[in-house]
Amino acid sequence: MKLTLKIWRQKNAQAKGQMVTYPIDGIDGDMSFLEMMDVLNNKLISEGEEPVVFDHDCREGICGSCSMFINGEAHGPDRLVTTCQLHMRKFKDGETITIEPFRADGFPVIKDLMVDRSAFDRIQHAGGFISVNTSGNTQDANSIPIEKADADDAFAAATCIGCGACVASCKNASAMLFVSAKVSQFALLPQGQVEATDRVLNMVRQMDEEGFGNCTNTGACEVECPKGISLENIARMNREYLSASLKG
Amino acid sequence: MALDSKIPQGPLADKWTKHKNDINLVNPANKRLIDVIVVGTGLAGGSAAATLAELGYNVKAFCFQDSPRRAHSIAAQGGINAAKNYQGDGDSTYRLFYDTVKGGDYRSRESNVYRLAEVSANIIDQCVAQGVPFARDYGGLLDNRSFGGVLVSRTFYAKGQTGQQLLLGAYSAMNRQIGRGKIKMYNRHEMLDVVKVDGKARGIITRNLITGEIERHSAHAVVLGTGGYGNVFYLSTNAMGSNVTAAWKAHKRGAYFANPCYTQIHPTCIPVSGDHQSKLTLMSESLRNDGRIWVPAKKEDAIAIREGRLKPTDLKEEDRDYYLERRYPAFGNLVPRDVASRAAKERCDAGFGVNKTGEAVYLDFASAIERYGKEQAYVQHLDANDKALVKKLGQEVVKTKYGNLFQMYNKIVDQDPYNTPMMIYPAVHYTMGGLWVDYNLQTTVEGLYAIGEANFSDHGANRLGASALMQGLADGYFVLPYTIGDYLSHDIRTGPISTDTPEFEEAEQNVRKQVDALINNEGSKPVDYFHKKLGKIMWNKCGMSRNATDLQSAIDEISALRDEFYKEVRVPGTQNEFNEELAKALRVADFLELGELFAKDALTRNESCGGHFREESVELDGPQKGEALRDDENFTFVSAWEYKGAPKDAVLHKEELNYENIEVKQRSYK
Repeated sequence: MKLTLKIWRQKNAQAKGQMVTYPIDGIDGDMSFLEMMDVLNNKLISEGEEPVVFDHDCREGICGSCSMFINGEAHGPDRLVTTCQLHMRKFKDGETITIEPFRADGFPVIKDLMVDRSAFDRIQHAGGFISVNTSGNTQDANSIPIEKADADDAFAAATCIGCGACVASCKNASAMLFVSAKVSQFALLPQGQVEATDRVLNMVRQMDEEGFGNCTNTGACEVECPKGISLENIARMNREYLSASLKG
Repeated sequence: MALDSKIPQGPLADKWTKHKNDINLVNPANKRLIDVIVVGTGLAGGSAAATLAELGYNVKAFCFQDSPRRAHSIAAQGGINAAKNYQGDGDSTYRLFYDTVKGGDYRSRESNVYRLAEVSANIIDQCVAQGVPFARDYGGLLDNRSFGGVLVSRTFYAKGQTGQQLLLGAYSAMNRQIGRGKIKMYNRHEMLDVVKVDGKARGIITRNLITGEIERHSAHAVVLGTGGYGNVFYLSTNAMGSNVTAAWKAHKRGAYFANPCYTQIHPTCIPVSGDHQSKLTLMSESLRNDGRIWVPAKKEDAIAIREGRLKPTDLKEEDRDYYLERRYPAFGNLVPRDVASRAAKERCDAGFGVNKTGEAVYLDFASAIERYGKEQAYVQHLDANDKALVKKLGQEVVKTKYGNLFQMYNKIVDQDPYNTPMMIYPAVHYTMGGLWVDYNLQTTVEGLYAIGEANFSDHGANRLGASALMQGLADGYFVLPYTIGDYLSHDIRTGPISTDTPEFEEAEQNVRKQVDALINNEGSKPVDYFHKKLGKIMWNKCGMSRNATDLQSAIDEISALRDEFYKEVRVPGTQNEFNEELAKALRVADFLELGELFAKDALTRNESCGGHFREESVELDGPQKGEALRDDENFTFVSAWEYKGAPKDAVLHKEELNYENIEVKQRSYK
């Protein structure tokens, strides 16, 4: 396959970025999108140019590092995949592919396609945990039976990989899907009840402080989420938030 | 220096309890005066950092990723073992201990493994209390599955994402401490040296990957939870960034490196698709609970399949060779990983492979789908003879168990595993070798500890499935936080460690020199060129099957490649910015040294054990003919290598292994 790549290049956080066009040849449909980027980068290095910087690590869709906005969609045209799982067979010979970083006020660009997502960590510091000490001296695991449906829903929410596709896809750059996934996981489990009030209030406060926008129910986040995190989680978080606010 | 494993005296089952009672504690007020550095934030490092902070120590935690949540433990799929005996199938601490020692082919330390089995049950309690959503049955209790090399169901799981859920549990425990200011987190930092003061580890030198700044960090003790070195093979199931650098720098500062040649080649990975391949993807071992492994029984069928003239689903039952069930009737598809991997290689080498390159076997779910479908038809009072209905019901059950794995396979290979068998082939997955540690998890450098995959201690020559998560969390939550206290109890009056000393200066200059040399090198080849070349040597000559001639030539080739690397490598850009090529070059430089030591260790160990298979050492006849042959008389020891400059000059120290509670036997899964 022969392709034309239009890629966002930006030297550092302060510099002004721009789109740069690179032609590329010899791309195989069995390559992953990032392997295609490897081909480009090794070509750039041997031509004495600087390679394109992007976040990536596990390359199997679970670490949440990769974060490319491809042809106007977070993680590209395929559904339920991260950029590293996207394969070149989804593109046609001769196509032009536009590649940008995940853009949001809460995700400043570090370099090229790499952004700073530490805001997500700070939201988790505010309440994304159950305050149990790590001594192992808790009760036997089976002394807390949990209805299978709740356990399954909690698991589904907990599969969020923190990539930020939801934020990048949202016209308001809202982080509600990300925050609600963690709030929901604990709201669905008996272990999470004790701190439920503080958790949702603190996490939402931190989310607002980080500059993420509000949710206007367009549902774009759910469509682009590589892990299929459901909008129901946002509804659940809103309920939790309302009742927590009333409790004060 | 003689190796002292510091195993406590007394009966096996009492050692850990007694040891905990005997060691010194640090009182809570004094813990506030003590700093601990933890490098790596996977299951081991993350759980250790959280626990140490909770105990009251000041923790500085480091990871090279942009968040601790992205450490590669996140990718572990299948599950975590624990001797809970919830299934009432006869499990016990002793059995988990026994299975682990046997699975490790009698090359691990009894006392450590017993302790691991002992604390395993607590891990599950701890994780459930933290809100980890394990799989549950309809009664609301925890569900279990079975893994290779064992006869009980003791594996707890969260679909095919157990590692993710456990890591997020440890991450949440860290977050609580970061929020309280007890952990200072350094993301996107790479450790490039250990600093020793008066023989004790007192700090590290790091490079800030964003700014390129070289930094000094001090502490009273340093803990490495930096994972394994499978990426020495270039292609592995490890993440792209997984590396040996932290452990290797520790080795260069005096920590012995144990059993580097013990590598786990995992039998069920997605086969290589071409030269562009950057990494390999695992298909969880849990799939072997329900998948049957086979190749065509006739060579002409295998050839027809390779050429696309025949479909696997068209092959009749009698024309299939379920070779694991045939060779190992007792364990069948659930033999340990090393055995399953070698058996796949044997079939493919004999010409029965089923993909274009001839390096793949089938993992087939058709009979599981039928079995589950029939069960569902009975449960729902539907027609169990309606084949289409049974298939549909069965596929739904399989989807709930392995949905994410099937989806992952489909995205990568572009085939639907619900309707055609998966193709799989062995790939490098885990390294049992690592820094040598004593019972307290301390390396041969005082105050320097290694936990999780970074140490060598618990898995012997082969690790059983679902035991890596268990070991990482056991070390981090329950073992290290106790044992390190004994060491730190001597430091309550030391006060803060200054970084303004000649030792820190020397270490920093050492790092700067290396960075400068790589950045200013006037070569022409990218780092990947060397890494791929190293990987090929490792895979072809130090892979699933090894012999003296190949190992010797691997040593020579790696040494020559290292020279070429320093002459020819090109690192673009500057050092004062995010520069991935520079980070890669620093890591590959260390792999090029480790690789040679690896081959040297494999050459020295002239026996077959676990994942280390020497062609010179096989059973020549009897019922075990062709199987690996251990040499207990000459090799019942841990190889611990001391750094002396070039890898060829490394000096071997032996820790003799004594088995007092287990009878050492030929490992049979027949």
